[in-house]
Amino acid sequence: MDGIHDMGGSHDFPASLTERDEKVFHAEWEARAFVLSNAFTGAGCANVDQFRHAIERLDPEVYIGDGYFGRWLGSVELMITDANGQVAPGRYTEHRAARELVAPPLFAVDDIVKTKNYNPPGHTRLPGYVRNRTGRVELLHGGWVYPDTHAHHEGENPEHVYSVRFDGNELWGADAEPSASVTVDLFESYLELA
Amino acid sequence: MTHEHEHEHEHEHEHEHEHDPRAIRTEALERLLVDQGLITSAAIDTIIERYETDVGPLNGARVVAKAWTDPEYRARLLADGTTAIAELGIGGPQGEKMVVVENTPAVHNVIVCTLCSCYPWPVLGLPPAWYKDPAYRSRVVREPRKVLSEFGLTLDDNTEVRVWDSSAEIRYLVLPERPASTTGADERTLAELVTRDAMIGVARIDA
Repeated sequence: MDGIHDMGGSHDFPASLTERDEKVFHAEWEARAFVLSNAFTGAGCANVDQFRHAIERLDPEVYIGDGYFGRWLGSVELMITDANGQVAPGRYTEHRAARELVAPPLFAVDDIVKTKNYNPPGHTRLPGYVRNRTGRVELLHGGWVYPDTHAHHEGENPEHVYSVRFDGNELWGADAEPSASVTVDLFESYLELA
Repeated sequence: MTHEHEHEHEHEHEHEHEHDPRAIRTEALERLLVDQGLITSAAIDTIIERYETDVGPLNGARVVAKAWTDPEYRARLLADGTTAIAELGIGGPQGEKMVVVENTPAVHNVIVCTLCSCYPWPVLGLPPAWYKDPAYRSRVVREPRKVLSEFGLTLDDNTEVRVWDSSAEIRYLVLPERPASTTGADERTLAELVTRDAMIGVARIDA
């Protein structure tokens, strides 16, 4: 889905980055929200793709305003609300996402591929800034659970995943910084031969 | 400061967070999940302590220092990061498949997750605030040289910049360049030089 979470390349957040040392958690509630969220998915009440999609479904103002661990908290609350307040452990018991695939990969290293103009209303891990763009396959990663269906209770449907490198000019046009690229991990369904 | 005063001070500190609605919501969620038998409050404390003390960039630093001193390990690490990192007893959630990318004078790698804030927990712990910040997530893919310069790292125009957006379940670790001045240093000494930021790719290691 297009949304606040898909922020790669956005001009909305121009702040400079200043580095600083800091604690892992800034407040006790952050630490507890982190552990509780992991306990919720760890007990199989939801899978990680549902968890991420629930974060994406938060109101954009809440997404920014509540911060990282606030989003985790909001995600679990939303999933519990979806289930009418029920907490049902054991629905998902396999937490590893890698899967052996019988089908061979469609693409090979150095293939030139194009991402589809794919923009579903639900969950996807195809970032908007690499939609409909041409890149080169760098790495093959084997089979992985497909988030676009797994986030919607529509099965694991594992697919081959590829690291695809996109030149800066392909993504950002003539004003791109020189000699820069972005490599993105993409599911086979997102890709076609260029 | 007397013990009583200390206690008062702690109480004041806690009081600040009492008004944060997120703290109240977290308490409600904890009550629900404890009631449902998913976790105990004591287990929560234990896990928090583990992430505050044990799981952190020291693990990644051990991996880097070993790669710097053992060419065969370095070759294994770059060929199959997951297995080579597991050799040191390191693994776990958000480290199911690890890819290690090497910085050289010709190529500089930097890691991001634009869609959420995916991060290699087993080797680096939990991400720093700036890594989760919308500014980093949005900008480092579009203008990596500018972002790196804000971290104090100015790259030569001839150095290629490769940004890795960890959009699936593969997690990345940068193998930084070993400082030339460390010739002859042992693994433990080297590990102390390796920083979290260098293993994300927003810094070099000076020595």
